[in-house]
Amino acid sequence: MDYHSPASFAEASALAAKATGTTRFLAGGTDVLVQLRSDIVTPDTLIDIKKIGGVRDITRNADGSWTIGVAVTGAEMSEHPELGREWPGLVEAMDLIGSTQVQGRATLTGNLCNASPAADAVPAMVAAEVTISVTGPDGVREVPVEQIPTAPGRTSLAKGEVVSAVNVPARGANGGDAYLRFIPRTEMDIAVVGCGVNLRLDGETITEARVSLGAVAPTVLLVEDCAKAILGTTLDEAALDALAAAASAACNPINDKRGTIEFRTEVAGVLAKRAARIAYARAKGEKA
Amino acid sequence: MSKIHVSTTVNGDAVDYLCDPRETLLDCLRDRLNLTGAKEGCGTGDCGACSVTVDGRLVCSCLMLGVEAEGKKIETVEGMADGDVLHPLQKKFIEHAALQCGICTPGVLVAAKALLEKNPDPTEEETRYWLAGNLCRCTGYDKIIRAVMDTAAEMREAS
Repeated sequence: MDYHSPASFAEASALAAKATGTTRFLAGGTDVLVQLRSDIVTPDTLIDIKKIGGVRDITRNADGSWTIGVAVTGAEMSEHPELGREWPGLVEAMDLIGSTQVQGRATLTGNLCNASPAADAVPAMVAAEVTISVTGPDGVREVPVEQIPTAPGRTSLAKGEVVSAVNVPARGANGGDAYLRFIPRTEMDIAVVGCGVNLRLDGETITEARVSLGAVAPTVLLVEDCAKAILGTTLDEAALDALAAAASAACNPINDKRGTIEFRTEVAGVLAKRAARIAYARAKGEKA
Repeated sequence: MSKIHVSTTVNGDAVDYLCDPRETLLDCLRDRLNLTGAKEGCGTGDCGACSVTVDGRLVCSCLMLGVEAEGKKIETVEGMADGDVLHPLQKKFIEHAALQCGICTPGVLVAAKALLEKNPDPTEEETRYWLAGNLCRCTGYDKIIRAVMDTAAEMREAS
């Protein structure tokens, strides 16, 4: 295995483009090292992106949007004084992943590129309309998060492409987000169902909505029917029931030891309602 | 395959080693530097027996490559005692008999030290969540939690 620690994303991309065999990028390593040690994926080329300038920075841009470096850890996101106030759902989703030790290394970018259907940070990113910058041989392109995972363990990133930044939109007025997951215990487990909701209100009425589901399909889903169910409403009981029905209808889950198809389908609706209530309260400026 | 030269700091001492890029920091600590306090329990970041701090941040040394330690400051359980004087956590773990087989103990101590440095007055719930990534198959955790809470109280009084 060749280990590289390039000083720029252009160099990282060039290294990956000319590499033969299996290439992996190394950020926090909480998935890459597990796969390496258990002989699931043995890279021929390992490209550590942590020596690239700015990858550990959380930056608020002039327009209120945020740029999160690709090696920023979950612990650093949770400790940031401002980010979690504007995007509590995103920060809480990241914080749900693994132990304190894992939080010291794990990154949003790694969670996305590992392409697990049950990734906790990904539904929250999708709901928040996060995009990523991808540096490749032809330059930089910006891609919505929901277009990255294509199947369990697979992404749409081409050979020679590397994620070079995570772009979180400006929170703006009267908005709120939330992420909830179900696990059979309180800590250290993988989502049976996850749901992200991001709303904007005009007075009491929902004017913008994005609802995402995790662990109920081969990839994280952005569910437009869920958004339609609550747009223009005040999140009354009828809207919540329509939301739950749309969430359950979008599910295409597997049966496994963590949950049956029926259970995941039911819980998706329950979590969608609960997450929507939290996002709605946050959008109104209430503590939730 | 040629090895990579790494210069790092472990428990305040400048150290150098040569390692294969596939070796974890845990492998390097144990096999290159003979610091066998950190243990390999699972090797997949679930059990916390290999816990160390890197630049003050608690991590699993099995989930980090040895080459990534270049220029970092690593702290392991071997650096906790000051010569023959045990760290307050180590004393309390003995007093409370907060260990049986001892495999998880170095990781628990390093993790608990990191907690008390960040939060000198944690609640029991905060302590249990913080240590959720340190698995112990002997004690049932109760004695560990009591030892950490008692240490925190004593250290607050002492400061």
